[in-house]
Amino acid sequence: MPISQFTYSRLPPEAEVLRVEVREFIQQTLADYPPTLSAQSWMGFDAEFSKKLGAKGWVGMALPKAYGGAEAGPFARYVIIEELLAAGAPVSAHWIADRQSGPLINRFGTEAQKQHYLPAICRGESYFCIGMSEPNSGSDLASIKSNAVRDGDSWVLNGQKVWTTNAHHSHYMIALVRTGEKPASRHDGMSQFIVDLSLPGITIRPIRDLAGGEHFNEVFFDNVRVPADALIGAEGKGWDQVTAELAFERSGPERFLSCMALLKTLIDAVGKEPNAMQSREIGRLSAKLLTLRNMSLSVTAQLVAGEHPTWAASCVKDLGNVFEQELPEVAQLLLETEPRQEGGSEYARVLAYLTQMAPSFSLRGGTREILRGIIARGLGLR
Amino acid sequence: MRELFEATIERLFADIATSHYVLSCEGGEWPAELWAALEESGFALAGVAEDLGGAEATWADMYVLVRAAGRFSVPAPLGESLLANWLLSKAGLEGHAGPLSIAANSVLVIDDERISGIAHAVPWGRSVDAIVAIATTLAEGTPQLVLLQRSTAAQVTQSLNVAGEPRDDLSFSDALVLAQAALPVGLDVDVLAQGGAMLRAGQAAGALHALLDMTAGYARERQQFGKAIGSFQAIQQQLAVFAEQTAAAGIAAEAAFTESDNGLAALTIAAAKISTSEAASVAAGIAHSVHGAIGFTEEYPLHLLTRRLWAWRSEFGSASLWSQRLGQQICSGGSAGYWPLLTSHGQQPLNNSASTPL
Ligand SMILES: Cc1cc2nc3c(=O)[nH]c(=O)nc-3n(C[C@H](O)[C@H](O)[C@H](O)COP(=O)(O)OP(=O)(O)OC[C@H]3O[C@@H](n4cnc5c(N)ncnc54)[C@H](O)[C@@H]3O)c2cc1C
Repeated sequence: MPISQFTYSRLPPEAEVLRVEVREFIQQTLADYPPTLSAQSWMGFDAEFSKKLGAKGWVGMALPKAYGGAEAGPFARYVIIEELLAAGAPVSAHWIADRQSGPLINRFGTEAQKQHYLPAICRGESYFCIGMSEPNSGSDLASIKSNAVRDGDSWVLNGQKVWTTNAHHSHYMIALVRTGEKPASRHDGMSQFIVDLSLPGITIRPIRDLAGGEHFNEVFFDNVRVPADALIGAEGKGWDQVTAELAFERSGPERFLSCMALLKTLIDAVGKEPNAMQSREIGRLSAKLLTLRNMSLSVTAQLVAGEHPTWAASCVKDLGNVFEQELPEVAQLLLETEPRQEGGSEYARVLAYLTQMAPSFSLRGGTREILRGIIARGLGLR
Repeated sequence: MRELFEATIERLFADIATSHYVLSCEGGEWPAELWAALEESGFALAGVAEDLGGAEATWADMYVLVRAAGRFSVPAPLGESLLANWLLSKAGLEGHAGPLSIAANSVLVIDDERISGIAHAVPWGRSVDAIVAIATTLAEGTPQLVLLQRSTAAQVTQSLNVAGEPRDDLSFSDALVLAQAALPVGLDVDVLAQGGAMLRAGQAAGALHALLDMTAGYARERQQFGKAIGSFQAIQQQLAVFAEQTAAAGIAAEAAFTESDNGLAALTIAAAKISTSEAASVAAGIAHSVHGAIGFTEEYPLHLLTRRLWAWRSEFGSASLWSQRLGQQICSGGSAGYWPLLTSHGQQPLNNSASTPL
């Protein structure tokens, strides 16, 4: 039974040492950072901040020293990112590169690719986005149509990606596209490319979200010619490579800390003498948060042990998203403070913002139904 | 120690604590055969210091015993005995191999060696040899750890929980105590409620795991419309939620036991009681829904687990009570103290002044 994968493990003391350091750093660099900004969590973009983190050695820190990393273990990275997320630090610029693209390049890249991409990632200066979804391919990712065709010593890309977070700010996209003839299995015949987004033939258009923010984009490829070494990993093995990333993508603290700014402003708005309902709900939600953190740490321990905890990671993400989405729902019942886009208290503005962001939590990175399908498969039901 | 504990106790329970046996003990029948086996294997003394006759196991080790007791719906005060003996040992008193229980909710006054007052909802209060409680000294009004012999109770008022497990009130009138000691340093006057909550969280974690196994197994086998009901997406999605809750309950309970190595980790225990109680509610509902009518019968063993989950989620403080205590603590520290509180290891005492007692 896969449930046994979840065993409690405390953070090792050497990782806890970093906590003090990163707290000090946050206090110095983000003093007076307003809750309305920290509410953006890992959607908050600040190139200068990413650079400062890079200088501290806290971006790509798990990567080899030879490429600018610190060869730190996953627990050390965990402490850094959970502290940054808890503080609502603006980590969006380097977020995908740090979490996903750096490790991917390190794992599947050639020596030349590692030398080319990783040092700038570790400096917090190179930003990546993930090009998977397309207009007709969301949950059913294997149905993508964008493709790359080999032409001499380059590849020619055509097609369209959508919902690509940060494409408009990024230097590179890791794109999943079809390569080769129609394959026997629909999971075959896909490959990943590192696409330099400054190349001719690429059009990037931000899509405004329901709150007026511009975070995701549509990206068009019109006969984009990329060099042969833009291919990352093995040709035709894109699907396997993508699924290998999922445990990293789905189990981190960003899957349950998106509403941290709301929880904190709520605690202060309620004050030191909460009524019974307020203390009960704040206590209940905090208990869930503690438990989710322990689950997430347990998945990290499995990653440290070299396992592939895709099943457990799906549990963390789904339960975490349910929790994040419950927060604005509960908060609005605890105080008679109407949410405000403009004006009102800080709490009222954070509540308004996160109420609007909440639906996205269970869409990005895989929907609730898809995750639960993966979990059911682990239970032997599919 | 953990692996050995788990393997041994699971074999013992599998042999004796069958569904039939568990059901036959409901209503207050003392599980003599089961307890004799437990006593022979020395499990009840696991947490006692070596020089006081025990194995000096940590709560992290004892977690697997409590969880196994939950998985097998064990109709005996094993967890209560572990906690009682651990406390006695901490206070420098000798352990007791016979069945013990605890009184987390009591009003007891001790004058020299004589005890008077009432102990409420004592698990298996009618059958155990003795109970551990905290009394107030008549002279100074300070808390005192006491061991009370069951047979000295003036009156025993019998009561059963939803699963037919005894939860009895015992009153004492000038009864001689078996042993007493000052409350060990580092332990709260609330230690029995905290410890009890930790035990029920651990048992619930075990029961939830067994319930998930049983329900997923049933969904794979039961056929309707020409296929296994587990192949319907609606059923799959419910069982996925069930699995998530079971995973959450398990890790929350394990964290509570593991962090309780010196004292009891109040905050982590509160989180465990809240997480396991919520999981109990969600899981029992899904388990019954997926089983259909067969799960509503006495013959099918589903209810052995679900009725215990319904009982245990309320015992030693409901999710509401612990949530309120935790919430109070959090609000009094304000947002600046919030994250540091969550990332410490939960040893802080919980403020319980403003909430209702157990
Ligand atoms: C804020 C945000 C950021 C994003 N960033 C990126 C990014 O950077 N890169 C990227 O590639 N993508 C990104 N996405 C896209 C995201 O991955 C997709 O939204 C997601 O995979 C779902 O696809 P869809 O929106 O097309 O919905 P659909 O797949 O059309 O799903 C709609 C509904 O149908 C349900 N459904 C679909 N299939 C099934 C099934 N088999 N069984 C039961 N129910 C089903 C879904 O669960 C959902 O409820 C982002 C999305 C958001 C909201």
